[in-house]
Amino acid sequence: MASTAKGIDPIISAAWGKPQSWTLDSYKKRGGYEGLKKALEMQPAAIIDEVKKSNLRGRGGAGFPTGLKWSFVPKDSPKPKYLAVNGDESEPGTFKDRYILEDDPHMMLEGIAIASYALGVHTCYVYLRGEFKFPAERCQAAIDEAYKAGIFGKKLMGKDFELNCYLVRGAGAYICGEETALLESLEGKKGWPRLKPPFPAVVGLFGSPTVVNNVETLASVPHVFTGGSDWYAKLGTDKSGGTRLVCLSGTVNRPGVYEVSMFTTLAELIYDDKYGRGMPAGRKVKAVIPGGSSAPVLGADELDVAMEFEALKVKQTMAGSGGVIVMDDSTCMVRSLWRVARFYAEESCGQCTPCREGTPWQTRLLRKIEEGRGDPGDVEMLSNVASSIAPYPPIGLGNTICALGDAAALPTHSFLMRFKDEFEAHIREKRCPFGDKPWGSFGDWS
Amino acid sequence: MAEPLFTPEEQKKFDAGIAEIISHYPPERKSAGMLPALRVLQEIKGWLPPEGLRLVARHLEVTPERAYEVASFYVMYHLKKPGKYVIDVCTNLSCSLWGAEKMLAYLEEKLGLKAGEANEKFTLRETECLASCGTAPCLQINEDHHESLTRAKLDAILAKLS
Repeated sequence: MASTAKGIDPIISAAWGKPQSWTLDSYKKRGGYEGLKKALEMQPAAIIDEVKKSNLRGRGGAGFPTGLKWSFVPKDSPKPKYLAVNGDESEPGTFKDRYILEDDPHMMLEGIAIASYALGVHTCYVYLRGEFKFPAERCQAAIDEAYKAGIFGKKLMGKDFELNCYLVRGAGAYICGEETALLESLEGKKGWPRLKPPFPAVVGLFGSPTVVNNVETLASVPHVFTGGSDWYAKLGTDKSGGTRLVCLSGTVNRPGVYEVSMFTTLAELIYDDKYGRGMPAGRKVKAVIPGGSSAPVLGADELDVAMEFEALKVKQTMAGSGGVIVMDDSTCMVRSLWRVARFYAEESCGQCTPCREGTPWQTRLLRKIEEGRGDPGDVEMLSNVASSIAPYPPIGLGNTICALGDAAALPTHSFLMRFKDEFEAHIREKRCPFGDKPWGSFGDWS
Repeated sequence: MAEPLFTPEEQKKFDAGIAEIISHYPPERKSAGMLPALRVLQEIKGWLPPEGLRLVARHLEVTPERAYEVASFYVMYHLKKPGKYVIDVCTNLSCSLWGAEKMLAYLEEKLGLKAGEANEKFTLRETECLASCGTAPCLQINEDHHESLTRAKLDAILAKLS
């Protein structure tokens, strides 16, 4: 993969596509496990401090500072501590962790080893979404290699520290990407999120202190030690260190996963030759979802924004999971929102009434409007239903136990805020002004 | 007398699978192995027959109701015997922008099934995001992933399914 637009060489994705990049041999030749060696010479508290100084923020969606999260784990707990890796990648638009797991799983395993040593964790569970058969095979092969090489097992790289690592596959439930639902699932139950507090760092898996980290977050950790926390922090902004993976999909010429500087803008991602290479001939950007399907949508005039946590927050949206979905000017926004709403209705775990009842209600209203059966007042009704799940703004203060409610309501609020005219036109004209033609009008199936 | 659930070969596979799974958890937390144990059962039988659920529950020292509760929560477990090939088509936003809905319609016509229906050979399902949005449209057949699908590519894949 080419270097980033801001002159930063790729870190996480450097070996993707290279022969045998997923093997231990290849990883070691590239300096793999050198970060772990350095970390093992440090005191656990110093490791956590180094991660704090690096400004590494979680790459799963919430963007919480990683070192701070690690520091919440009680040091004197008599209970065993656990590390749970969140590889339940399922948010529409997000497909980055798959590449790490398939092309460079040892990078994540090295991060696991560093985190475990720092936290006093002797058992780690890598939870991957059930549909990830091939990524799971690659990851398991890497775990087996790590055991054989004496990296995992009774002695962590020769150190008197036992670390076991087990891979668990989910079975098809988006909600299990929510950290407490993931823990429930790891405990062999249905994925119903837990009330917080207590937070998993204190009461997590089997009632023990547990850190839950995303695949990309852990894959970033070794670089904090090989390059140093100062170097890592300087790659990013004041509040967010390092590079990040963004997933580009939708109507753009070259979708894919790209490693970018935190300063790279949405416009650069879409138009730069190194990344998206612009829009299909004759098409213009109409809207962009910048951080997975739950992130509030932006209009075409809002693309000059850096793809990092703080800058996107200013725009009242979020960097989320790094999933950028581009919609061109032939895309019907009602139908797009309907599609996103169906996802959340399908994936609601059903535990909280506003989400269980509200998500299908949103879906039914959107279908009605899209099919030309909308009535005056339906747009207001839609807005009310979304507000009953989670008011807008602010982000993240919904009426449900977990953030799936927020995730279901935010797209509705933002689509209505920016594209209300289209919803009203559907109702006024008693039809979809875009007809059937634009839906899937890109690619071989058009 | 009722047919035994497993052949001797299957029994061996099941026992080894369950023993391996249980070893990954604290002894008093055997029930944590529920998801992987159900996966082992489904890999052997192709679905989760009721007597299999009871057996898993016994091994993990929980009630059969608990096993059913978990099995019915996750979409990848089959509580009814599916067709030989389970086809999951993603129609989420990124895939739909690249024609996934039209691809699903093509499959429906070709297989003579509506999404959600099954016959002995195929179960066709519309599914949620498969985390392959950059290589849309995509689908999975019995968990094998296929991406960047064109008509020609899909026809070639289907032709190989006996």
